[in-house]
Amino acid sequence: MTKGAGNVAFQVMWNRLISVVEEQAQALVRTAFSTSVREAGDLSAGVYDTHGRMLAQAVTGTPGHVNAMADAVAHFIRRIGRENIAQGDVYITNDPWEGTGHLHDITMVTPSFHKDALVGFFACTAHVVDIGGRGFGADAQSVYEEGLYIPIMHFARAGVVDETLVRLIRGNVREPDQVVGDVYALASCNEIGHRRLQDMMVEFGLDDLEDIAGFILEHSRRATIDRIAALPRETASGRMTIDGFDSPITLKVKVTVGEDRIITDFAGTSGVDKKGINCPFVYAKAYACYALKCAIAPEIPNNAASLAPFEVTAPENTIVNALHPAPVALRHIIGHFVPDAVYDAFDKIVPGVVPAEGAGCLCNFQVSLRPVADAGGKRAEVLTFNSGGSGARPRFDGLNATAFPSGVMTMPVEATEHAGPVIIWRKELRPDSGGAGQTRGGLGQFMEVSARDGYEFDMQAMLDRVDHPARGRRDGAAGAPTTIARDDGVAMRGKGKQFVPHGHRVMMAFPGGGGYGDPAARDPAAVKRDLARGYISAETAARDYGLSADEIAAVLAAIAKGEDL
Amino acid sequence: MASDAIRLGVDIGGTFTDVVLEAQGATYSTKVLTTYAAPENAIINGMHQVCAQACITPDQIGQIIHGTTLATNALIERRGAKTALITTKGFRDVIEMRTESRFEQYDLNLVLPEPLLPRQMRFVVDERINAKGEVMIDLDRGEVTALVDQIAAAGFESVAVGLIHSYLNPAHERMIRDVLADRMPGAMVSLSSDVSPQMREYERFNTVVANAYIKPLMKSYLGRLAGQLRAQGVQCDIFLMHSGGGIIALESAAEFPVRLVESGPAGGAVFAANIAARYGLGKVLSFDMGGTTAKICLIKDQTPKTSRVFEVARTYRFKKGSGMPISIPVIDMVEIGAGGGSLAQVDGMRQIRVGPESAGSEPGPACYGRGGARPAVTDADLILGKLDPDNFAGGSIPLDRDRSQSALQRHLGDPLEMDAVAAAFGLAEVVDENMANAARVHAVENGEDLSDYTMIAFGGAAPLHAGRLCEKLGIRRLLVPPGAGVGSAIGFLRAPFSFEANRSLYMTLSDFAPDIITDVLSALQSEATGFVRTCDAQAEIQAEFKVYMRYAGQGWEIPVPLTQSQAMSPNAAVFCTRFEEEYTKLFGRPVAGMDIEITVWSVNATTRPDPVARVSQTSAGEAAATTGTRPIFDPIAGHYHDANIVLRAGTKAGGYVQGPAAITEDETTIIVPASRIAVCQPDGCIDIVTKGAE
Repeated sequence: MTKGAGNVAFQVMWNRLISVVEEQAQALVRTAFSTSVREAGDLSAGVYDTHGRMLAQAVTGTPGHVNAMADAVAHFIRRIGRENIAQGDVYITNDPWEGTGHLHDITMVTPSFHKDALVGFFACTAHVVDIGGRGFGADAQSVYEEGLYIPIMHFARAGVVDETLVRLIRGNVREPDQVVGDVYALASCNEIGHRRLQDMMVEFGLDDLEDIAGFILEHSRRATIDRIAALPRETASGRMTIDGFDSPITLKVKVTVGEDRIITDFAGTSGVDKKGINCPFVYAKAYACYALKCAIAPEIPNNAASLAPFEVTAPENTIVNALHPAPVALRHIIGHFVPDAVYDAFDKIVPGVVPAEGAGCLCNFQVSLRPVADAGGKRAEVLTFNSGGSGARPRFDGLNATAFPSGVMTMPVEATEHAGPVIIWRKELRPDSGGAGQTRGGLGQFMEVSARDGYEFDMQAMLDRVDHPARGRRDGAAGAPTTIARDDGVAMRGKGKQFVPHGHRVMMAFPGGGGYGDPAARDPAAVKRDLARGYISAETAARDYGLSADEIAAVLAAIAKGEDL
Repeated sequence: MASDAIRLGVDIGGTFTDVVLEAQGATYSTKVLTTYAAPENAIINGMHQVCAQACITPDQIGQIIHGTTLATNALIERRGAKTALITTKGFRDVIEMRTESRFEQYDLNLVLPEPLLPRQMRFVVDERINAKGEVMIDLDRGEVTALVDQIAAAGFESVAVGLIHSYLNPAHERMIRDVLADRMPGAMVSLSSDVSPQMREYERFNTVVANAYIKPLMKSYLGRLAGQLRAQGVQCDIFLMHSGGGIIALESAAEFPVRLVESGPAGGAVFAANIAARYGLGKVLSFDMGGTTAKICLIKDQTPKTSRVFEVARTYRFKKGSGMPISIPVIDMVEIGAGGGSLAQVDGMRQIRVGPESAGSEPGPACYGRGGARPAVTDADLILGKLDPDNFAGGSIPLDRDRSQSALQRHLGDPLEMDAVAAAFGLAEVVDENMANAARVHAVENGEDLSDYTMIAFGGAAPLHAGRLCEKLGIRRLLVPPGAGVGSAIGFLRAPFSFEANRSLYMTLSDFAPDIITDVLSALQSEATGFVRTCDAQAEIQAEFKVYMRYAGQGWEIPVPLTQSQAMSPNAAVFCTRFEEEYTKLFGRPVAGMDIEITVWSVNATTRPDPVARVSQTSAGEAAATTGTRPIFDPIAGHYHDANIVLRAGTKAGGYVQGPAAITEDETTIIVPASRIAVCQPDGCIDIVTKGAE
């Protein structure tokens, strides 16, 4: 054999494993019932070795799931007991602390056997549309009120599904068909991963995954540590305050670059909240890792070794390390803000890489619709995922109405309106909401929502940045804050369940991203383009960027002639 | 389509315009450089060349079928007309906000593709239709008139109209069309309810905008082309290949130019489907590999798989989500950045990565000696012995082994502590694995197992890689047809007249309404048939019925083909059974106790393709004459073997060669792996099967 050819086979197998888990994720997207999975991609899929170390993960998915699920399989091995793991088994949990952070995420793990020996595991996780309890929202006082809890247990034993468990799930959730359908979709996507792995092992004549696991993990570890070693060995602190539920929450972060690791510590962060916006540690850790990985080693595939050098610590009973039985349903709100807080510190160690603050958490809301008295019709729950603007980057403007750090997609308005008697009257960009800067923050968006004639609804809002807009960086200005009110002017809160009577709309404006650098240094051509497109108004162009009245008039004249700038 | 007529197929590609003439059972072909400024010039030039070969004059041509990348390129290069969008108030930014997500999660400097129309070219009117198709806010004609006057004053040439839920109720879009016709008679108009009456506003609006954007350009081009051909004496009708693998009249193409996107690759799939029919193959994977990309398509029952939406103009490493969605009937294929010119590098994990960056034809791979310094797939193929340095492209481009060797050594071998041969092997394995993975994921998305498939390979680089790809995919049989270099243009000549009409209309089986179903399907059938009838006044037109169904609550619908009687005498139980059959095929088992929903209705009207003469297949007879041997690297054994060299030109039916072997011709070289044996079939196809299975 020619020199060095042996590694070629390992590389081919590594590529193949990534393809296997991508097939697994695609199968889930195509069979899931929950809108959040099928339209929004709120899921994750991965393959693990017999020690529970993640070897590869589907690109499809969102970071909170992706990185949290990396730790999950080890919990399954411990709880089920290695000696009890049998062919045909499928395990399940929605434990927020051992899965992915709240009861709405169901994680399923399937052991993979080859020639009668355990060779690894497949795991996947997805956000289901309902899990009982008070419904998806922050109103619970403890996790017990948030819905059905499924400890790590068998879903199927040697190929036989536990019908008792299925009946329990059915009996405890508002949309039993969809939720049980999703549970089956999760099980069958693991099955597809398992079959592909068998094919691969036959093709390459493998009896186990030990050697390929060693190859993947060693290459990933070395590549990640190389990146860390190239950073200044320094420590820096950062902090960010956000609305919280009833009182503001401060995230404090200290980032320390070591020789072969980066340690992120959350000491000093606000304590656990009474409402369900607390975050189990695993989920906060997932987003802290994600933030640093984007900044340092974006192209290294996710696996146990590429994640390990990103160490995260947080004192117990801070909001980023809430312990059982704290309510955690909306843990994504805190989780989605973790990257901005981490970047506040990291920017002091390595300037010029990370963006200004952005909208952070998704601008989600759920409407619970019911017919007004005497009118016919069915109740319906409709959840929507929406995004504000992302923070301006050192070299590029922030992204308009685009999720960061979350990886989910919005749903088409036409699909949402088929899901229940809801009307989305407006969903469009929000001019003047991007923080001014040399590069501008991304624009937020306007949304207006009501029930169809004959229905009233509760609005379960999950919005932040009402009182704490995204801050700019290096003299960039803050983005516009969130606003929410009824069309008759009645004020509404950013979070919590609020009744909306028949005939009324909820008017929302989602936040823009912060700007980066001095607005005076912005390229005038970019300012004129923004004005032509209506990303900024003439007032903003004059006030923040110093565009003269003549220049503004010239831009407006060009628009009237249908010219692009 | 009378088969005795003289027919001309023309495919305008990115680099070459391929022209194929069939006359009296013989085929003549040529490749001429694409003339971007006036693409019709290359066609005229190529037409005269093949006419001269066949000793005929252009007036004797009985039919011309044309496919082109011009529509695709206009979208990629943003060379469309000055176009305005009129949409529902509150939804001005749908085509800009996309899915509100990032297609690459870890890139902090991600830049999203700009929408085709910037914000100032998107206008709104106050109106609203709900999800039942009922009008909630009436559209005021006066408001439309004022807006249209504003658009006219700004000098727009083309106007797209896309309103929320217009696929259920097109009345408001049509009112706007009428006002446009009245106030802006010179403008071209495209309605989303005509171009793509399907749910999901982002896809539908983007599709109608794309149509409007390229319409003036394509209309003008097609008009010039027809005029030029007439001037050269052509008297016959001219037809266009569409994305769905059929052909339509030039006038229909000018009205819906977005349907021409990817018509070239669609022709390739039709070409492969025709070979599949000649060989009676039910399950075929077509593999088309050129200089920059590879395209893979599933062909079942001699029919290429189709889809309702695809993505054009991907801006970021061919990554899903980085382009723009177009919802039209299209042959479903995966395209990845893997071609002869794809460049390799070592990444941060000390792994070899190949593509999608391509050396193109200038500077080309290192071995071209035109300044390319980085190793490309072609360099690896040369070092591994798959290409003959003195006989590439018929000897017209001499290949320099030393340059390949040093590029591979410097960019891959040195960083990875490998020699150049191992680097070449690694490069080739990685690109083959990338293509195999794309094929596997595509198969799983369609619930198919590739192990009982036959591969049909064409395009310049495909025959070099197809054998190894078959080994990786567990595919036992590979066919390399003659004329592989102009496969798409030949495919155009095999395509039927066809048009597919689609419409979104939601219906659950619990609210099954047979009357509505027959109304909708009848309307779709007459719309689709109307398009085909304009192409051929006499031919028998058959209708193919398909509905897209899912469990209520799911987001992905699956296609469920129906027979004429199942479709036109609708019965809920039959629909349920048909859905569960298809669902089980894809996902293993049906789900009990769920309501089932029909979302999209589709009728494809098509003429019957010409009957295909089956090839009387031969088994290995006499060994083909070899012209010598050369060492070719065997990826399974990990070293070179002496391989037999056979000239394709002289090989007769039944002539065989055992792998490892190389079968050479001007356009390409077919590599026969050590595990396989190649037999020449009577129609000139090279049939490569696993040894012992022949």
